[in-house]
Amino acid sequence: MSTDVTDGGAFGVYIHWPFCLSKCPYCDFNSHVRHAAIDETRYVRAFAAELAATAERVPERTVSTIFFGGGTPSLMQPSTVAAILDEVARHWTVSPDVEITLEANPTSVEATRFRGYRLAGVNRVSLGVQALDDSALKQLGRLHTAREALEAVGIARKIFERYSFDLIYARPGHAPQDWAAELKRAIDEAAEHLSLYQLTIEPETPFFALQAARKLVVPDDDRARDLYDVTREICAARGLPAYEISNHARPGAECRHNLVYWRGHEYAGIGPGAHGRLGVDGRRFATATEKRPEAWLARVESAGHGLVTDEPLTREECADEFLLMGLRLAEGIDPERYATLAGRPLDAGRIATLHAEGAVETTSEGRLRVTLSGFPVLDAVVADLAA
Amino acid sequence: MTAAPIENIRNFAIVAHIDHGKSTLADRLIQLTGGLTEREMVGREQVLDSMDIERERGITIKAQTVRLAYRARDGKDYVLNLIDTPGHVDFAYEVNRSLAACEGSLLVVDASQGVEAQTLANVYQALDNNHEVVPVLNKVDLPAAEPDKVKQQIEDVIGLDASDAILISAKTGENVPEVLEAIVTRLPPPKGDRDAPLKALLVDSWYDLYLGVVVLVRIVDGTLRKDQRIRMIQTDASYEVDRVGVFTPKLTAAEQLGPGEIGFLTASIKEVADTRVGDTITDDRKPCAEPLPGFRPAIPVVFCGLFPVDAANFEDLRAAMGKLRLNDASFTYEMETSAALGFGFRCGFLGLLHLEIIQERLAREFDLDLIATAPSVIYKMVLTDGKEIEIHNPVDMPDVVKIKEIHEPWIEATVMTPDEYLGAVLKLCQDRRGVQKELTYIGNRALVKYELPLNEVVFDFYDRLKSVSKGYASFDYHLTDYREADLVKMQMLVNAEPVDALSMLVHKTRAEARGRAMAEKLKELIPPHMFQIPIQAAIGGKVIARETVRAFRKDVTAKCYGGDVTRKRKLLEKQKEGKKRMRQFGKVDIPQEAFIAALKVDV
Repeated sequence: MSTDVTDGGAFGVYIHWPFCLSKCPYCDFNSHVRHAAIDETRYVRAFAAELAATAERVPERTVSTIFFGGGTPSLMQPSTVAAILDEVARHWTVSPDVEITLEANPTSVEATRFRGYRLAGVNRVSLGVQALDDSALKQLGRLHTAREALEAVGIARKIFERYSFDLIYARPGHAPQDWAAELKRAIDEAAEHLSLYQLTIEPETPFFALQAARKLVVPDDDRARDLYDVTREICAARGLPAYEISNHARPGAECRHNLVYWRGHEYAGIGPGAHGRLGVDGRRFATATEKRPEAWLARVESAGHGLVTDEPLTREECADEFLLMGLRLAEGIDPERYATLAGRPLDAGRIATLHAEGAVETTSEGRLRVTLSGFPVLDAVVADLAA
Repeated sequence: MTAAPIENIRNFAIVAHIDHGKSTLADRLIQLTGGLTEREMVGREQVLDSMDIERERGITIKAQTVRLAYRARDGKDYVLNLIDTPGHVDFAYEVNRSLAACEGSLLVVDASQGVEAQTLANVYQALDNNHEVVPVLNKVDLPAAEPDKVKQQIEDVIGLDASDAILISAKTGENVPEVLEAIVTRLPPPKGDRDAPLKALLVDSWYDLYLGVVVLVRIVDGTLRKDQRIRMIQTDASYEVDRVGVFTPKLTAAEQLGPGEIGFLTASIKEVADTRVGDTITDDRKPCAEPLPGFRPAIPVVFCGLFPVDAANFEDLRAAMGKLRLNDASFTYEMETSAALGFGFRCGFLGLLHLEIIQERLAREFDLDLIATAPSVIYKMVLTDGKEIEIHNPVDMPDVVKIKEIHEPWIEATVMTPDEYLGAVLKLCQDRRGVQKELTYIGNRALVKYELPLNEVVFDFYDRLKSVSKGYASFDYHLTDYREADLVKMQMLVNAEPVDALSMLVHKTRAEARGRAMAEKLKELIPPHMFQIPIQAAIGGKVIARETVRAFRKDVTAKCYGGDVTRKRKLLEKQKEGKKRMRQFGKVDIPQEAFIAALKVDV
């Protein structure tokens, strides 16, 4: 069986740096706080080994995007970033217009390393600003102030061709008019790209416990919907329309790395707790590595890679992933590709029902995409289509 | 094994309420007379209840028998046949036929609990069958035992002399040998004429994987032998006997069975449906003059639709029904199509417990997930053109303008309850259109008799009774007659589409309350969709209750990147699985729990 698992499209490399100075109470990412110094050269060797092992499985790719995520990658020495990028280039061809993004915290300390990252090859930063309100920042457990964050944004603007920053809305007590003001200010500071996330209370986070104890009250679905609508309207009006549920960009300025995920292309996941999707022998493999940094190191040092999951996906799994990721995009999906992956077309009856409800539409090129009124209830739309 | 002399045979049943220790006593009797060794008894608590369901629920569904060899204190050897009767009102007829096979009964009453409604019904049946009844008070080892009070109760309620009741503990074995002795001395031997033509009572039958249908028989006159050509009088079918024998409790072959004996026969009978409980078995060549009295064909009184949750399992369900029917001829089924639920079966049951048992066996033994529709009874309708029809399914109800009269079945219910719950029990019966016939106190317990429409009882009555009495009230009923009723067909509409599986006939005075309660329940259980969903209860074109499931406005994952895909896909798989368990009505997905819960609303 040969299925179209990678679409012959872009190939992204994700590098996970799992350390943070402190853990934010809403965060459920794979991040760890270590009080002792991190032996970065040892990690570089381990990243190199894992890149080599991955390149052996998926050789001859042209890397179109690289993304340093975390954790807090801006805690890495620029030399560490440079060394890792060198290793990527050793194994694969790197596209001349490669996008190399690094997530950074907008503090003055980290801003001092921005130039070093740029020299190492990073050409885009994504800053975790999260709020432009000091009390909100404090509640979110962030270590910076709004002013400090905006200064870091200013530095990033001077050093990098491209930058983006994140904000979190639907925070406790977040009123639409306050959020509108905050958002407008953010757009003035942003050049081309903003990631705007509704605060989600994830299990096993301090916020989850607080919410359970009724010490944290976040806006309910109705109010969250109002905030979501405000977000969409303001961004669209100011030239940063949503190209994905939570991501807004000037046309052409989308994060190309994240598009790799949403478009169902191929990506390697390197570092502790990183996930990949690799096309091998006509099948799409889901990979994941050991999450705990020290255990990952030990595993890589003894086995040459940190994989704990390495499974071929079934056709249905490929198709489900394609649907749930692809429909997040304003551009939607190509139903033909879904049919190729799944071995069967989408249910015409379900599509017709969703059409009638105004939740989806078919473009003149035949793409299926979710409408403005469908996006706020996307998960239900996807569940309907996938069933 | 040869036939025993008739004067040394004693045939007896044990009449008891659930949990009063019938099975434990039976085990003790088997053990004391050496029917099973100590080793065989181990791990086989309640030897006679062989189905898992029987053991778990402490009820007997199939009559079973065991032949005990007992040397009495008079030095003589006796054959004691114990018939373990089904212990529930749904199987009243089967109980009656089991009792008809015996000359006496042990009335086992828990000395700490006293007489219950079900005990009453069964003991009256025993007395109707001219039984000698020996009262046995069990669990006298419990601190809460009050044997004197319970003896008094037996005398007051049943009118039975309890002065020489035997006080035992089946659990510890205390005084159980006295029970054996009483069976011999106090119960009469059977009567019968060995030289008369064969006349035997078909007590029960079941399907055995290796032997085919096994028929439990009581010989009244004549003898039953291997190779004998027999005839069943009611079904007029004739068979050649392959095997005869007795239960020790293991099946043990015998040369023949003579008058007064209880045993089994096999005769290459393919289906249990070919054997009717209560039928008379005779010699094909030399038949008896007339059949035994009391035969009645099994008639289902409660009906419901059973549908597979996953439509793909329909054929599995059909196969499972066929297999169950092999062993349970009183259960009927025919194919049914529902707009809402797809293909399924309309099934008939002897009563609510029977319904539950079948449903549970389908789930357990055949691993099937089912949706059951509202239980219904048989309504008799007189149409304007003078025709009379029977309706088993509200969906089949003709247009109201064509109906002249509707008649519904009524029952007489007996409820026994500790007096602190009496008020709640009366209210429940009253709310269900009950008519009180009798109210008597026996100590601190009350005995209430009510006439009730059966359709009010099939709808969750038993659960409610248990709940308002904290499980203490006991309940028994029998059908009495049909009465004209002011019934209307109520429909539930979800998003303006009628859900046929939820339509029902209800009394006019109760329709609004029931409709409101069902609408509220559905509102709780139907998940929000992308649009708002009106839920209505309607009679004819008139809406009598309305609720709305609000549309959800926000249901989207904020962050979803490369590391989130696996988790989100697994979530999606779960949702897909969940959707399979829902039924689509137009645009609305209704979870199967909604069907079940909507039918259990407390009105």
